[in-house]
Amino acid sequence: MGRLFDFMLPENKSPLTADSTDGLFHFINEVSLILLIGITFALIYFAFKYKRKSEDDKTPLITHNNTLEITWSVIPLLITLVIFGWGYSGWLNLKAVPDDAYEIQVTGFKWNWAVNYENGAQTLNEIHVPKGRPVKIVLQSRDVLHSFFVPDYRVKHDAVPGRYTYVWFQAEEVGESVVFCTEYCGTSHSDMLAKIIVHEPEDFETWLELNGGGPSGTPVEQGEALVVQQGCQTCHSVDGSAGLAPTFKGLFGKEEQLNDGSSLTVDENYLRESILNPGAKVVNGYENIMPPYEGILSDDEITNIIEYIKTLE
Amino acid sequence: MAAAQSKNMTTLQVKRFKPSENPTNTYLTDEKGVWAWMTTVDHKKIGLMYLVAVAFFFALAGFLAIALRTELWTPAKTFIEADTYNQLFTLHGAMMVFFVLVPSIPAALGNFVLPMQLGAKDVAFPRLNLASFYIYVIGAVFTFISLANNGFDTGWTFYTPYSSDTNSLGVIWVTLGVFILGFSSILTGTNFITTIHKLRAPGITWDKLPLNIWALYATSVIQVLATPVLAITILLLSMENILDIGIFDPAKGGDPVLYQHFFWFYSHPAVYIMIVPGFGIISEVITTFSKKHIFGYWAIALSSLAIAFIGFLVWGHHMFTSGQSAVATTVFSFLTFLVGIPTGIKILNWVATLYKGSIEMKTPMLYVFIFLFLFTIGGFTGIMLGALSVDIHLHDTYYVVAHFHYVMMGGTLMALLAGLHYWWPKMTGKMYNETLGKISAVLIFIGFNMTFLPQFVMGAQGMPRRYYNYIDQFQPFHQTSTIGSYILGAAFLIILYYLVRSLFGGEKASANPWNSRGLEWQATSPPDFHNFDHTPVVINGPYDYHKPMEEFQLGLAVEHNGHGHGEHHEVKTDQTEKA
Repeated sequence: MGRLFDFMLPENKSPLTADSTDGLFHFINEVSLILLIGITFALIYFAFKYKRKSEDDKTPLITHNNTLEITWSVIPLLITLVIFGWGYSGWLNLKAVPDDAYEIQVTGFKWNWAVNYENGAQTLNEIHVPKGRPVKIVLQSRDVLHSFFVPDYRVKHDAVPGRYTYVWFQAEEVGESVVFCTEYCGTSHSDMLAKIIVHEPEDFETWLELNGGGPSGTPVEQGEALVVQQGCQTCHSVDGSAGLAPTFKGLFGKEEQLNDGSSLTVDENYLRESILNPGAKVVNGYENIMPPYEGILSDDEITNIIEYIKTLE
Repeated sequence: MAAAQSKNMTTLQVKRFKPSENPTNTYLTDEKGVWAWMTTVDHKKIGLMYLVAVAFFFALAGFLAIALRTELWTPAKTFIEADTYNQLFTLHGAMMVFFVLVPSIPAALGNFVLPMQLGAKDVAFPRLNLASFYIYVIGAVFTFISLANNGFDTGWTFYTPYSSDTNSLGVIWVTLGVFILGFSSILTGTNFITTIHKLRAPGITWDKLPLNIWALYATSVIQVLATPVLAITILLLSMENILDIGIFDPAKGGDPVLYQHFFWFYSHPAVYIMIVPGFGIISEVITTFSKKHIFGYWAIALSSLAIAFIGFLVWGHHMFTSGQSAVATTVFSFLTFLVGIPTGIKILNWVATLYKGSIEMKTPMLYVFIFLFLFTIGGFTGIMLGALSVDIHLHDTYYVVAHFHYVMMGGTLMALLAGLHYWWPKMTGKMYNETLGKISAVLIFIGFNMTFLPQFVMGAQGMPRRYYNYIDQFQPFHQTSTIGSYILGAAFLIILYYLVRSLFGGEKASANPWNSRGLEWQATSPPDFHNFDHTPVVINGPYDYHKPMEEFQLGLAVEHNGHGHGEHHEVKTDQTEKA
């Protein structure tokens, strides 16, 4: 606390994962600053002290000094070995998830984070976690590389398509922390943010129960919930405003010009095809950027989404 | 004055050749006209053509940087769309790396200076040298074709699977451009290695090699060994995009982390291709302007080779968060610290060189001081990023952006500017304006730190890189950084102005305005078409400032074939004084 470089780091909200990192960050900064001041001072001092007085200045022949060379090789080597060991042990801690960690599944896709909880609760770009308990985030990606970064917890890991990776942390205070995507993933990479919302353990249980158990309601209501959860609105607006993809409002039954010059009327089959294989027929003026939902949405879910789109006239 | 003796006891007849201050015939007057330039095999002209090409790309990519910084003035849209922004930062990075930093010092300044420092008439393969320039141009043309085909927005790293998904036509063209460009780099490297081994003037033994040559030698070895890996990686990437073969894209059964391994296997050594030649320039300039023997010749020479070697074994430190194996991560972190040590040794040897010197703070020396300060910060922040736990936090944030700008711009570019001002009189025969030189150096120092110091802070606070939009708390840092970039831009315009102006109205340069002991300064300014009108003979080290100038201006008194290698004739030493 109160160290020279504190202003450079965000608030530490997960001491179990952040303390070692912060300590090393400060240590390297402080050692570097001392050495930098030393080198800069020597440079400036020499520049003034040995300023050229005349073109005929004679300089002594000093070719080398083995003692000095060894000294300034070995001392930095020892310092860096300390840094290596410190960084290594901190990193092992980041890899070692406590046994009682609460597990949450997080899937990155252009440009959202889908979150799944043990009891079937689903959220988008909001990760609800209990306070004071280790949480393990199991990461995967549906399309390209993404990276899950929580500055407040000092954790980060890439979400790699076709693999599971993870991070863990233990939030010690109720509140919110921002999650950034830090692996470049295209147009809205910089908007691919999420929020971690830390609850008191009992509030978390309540929240979980209220949201658990999967979707309910009429097909249209379920479709609307899916459109929110799946992040469709990142690109498709539902109120007619322009976006990276055609708006859902008034989409059903509309005559669309495709980018290959042909045109078609939007019907159930076109919508279904565009969800499962978005690149097959792209509307003119838009790019093929949507990830395919083959294997992600069930037939019932696709039907519900189509039913919902029909209502947006 | 002694006769030159090589180790097989050859005795050579030498006399002093004092370079003329008013050369009537120089490489600039010898061949004239556009066609003569385009078909020249003269290493000096090829060096200048590279210099112009590199300056062009630097101006272009620098202009893009200003546009990017302007866009970041406000969080959301300032004046360009997200897709445009993404293309511009990709183009800025790719151009700066492949078209500016990699060829800048070796192909531009190195081409000019290397044969002269060896006392040779040209490089070993002059036509190959010209070919490598045109290969560079073809690579550039491919990049522009890519821009006409939707461009590319993948970041200069072309990470899969994003790069196989997006606008693949533009990506295919630019990666082919980089593929072609790589050959230019390989050929230059091969040429330099051969030249250094075979074309050294009589008396230049390995312990009398200028440190600039050692640095270029180490660089050439990396270029020849590492660049083919980039070529193959890019070929695999293109095969995946064009032929739909699954190599890196998981949707096709490939592995995206494998791509990162291949890519960084070249691109980390490439960092040393960019910075090691800069080390060479620093050694030349710091000795000249402190009139003093280099401190720790072998420490500096061998540390370049150590960096070249260990530099091949640290690529995985770009991938600590990628999902590579835990063992690999540990080993790569450990080796990363080892590569930091030889770099630190160099800095301390340079500082020690100044001790009891006779220091003259001309523009090139000012850039050396700026280099030492900025590059030291670049090095320390590199140690920070090598530390495993801390890198997890800092990876892919602006901290990394700031770090590599301190290394590449604060290091390589400052060394390039030092070398450019240092050799400008030799290359052009004209002196630049010293006052404007110093003013712009100071402006660059201020502008640079204003641009990149705030990026360390916001990066550590969590600001990710390659972000078009950002959260409000980072705005003051971004705005400071943007203002800094304008100062930098203005400083570069001043440099362009006074350098161009010196060509037309500049004061005439003497043969050796800095009183350097370097062999290249014992030729006329600008040099003769064949560099020297005699075969130089070297008896002293390049930094023997304690010896009189006469001993550095020796050449064979009697002309004979070649450069005197392998000659075993006994010649009576004739101490011919007087030029």
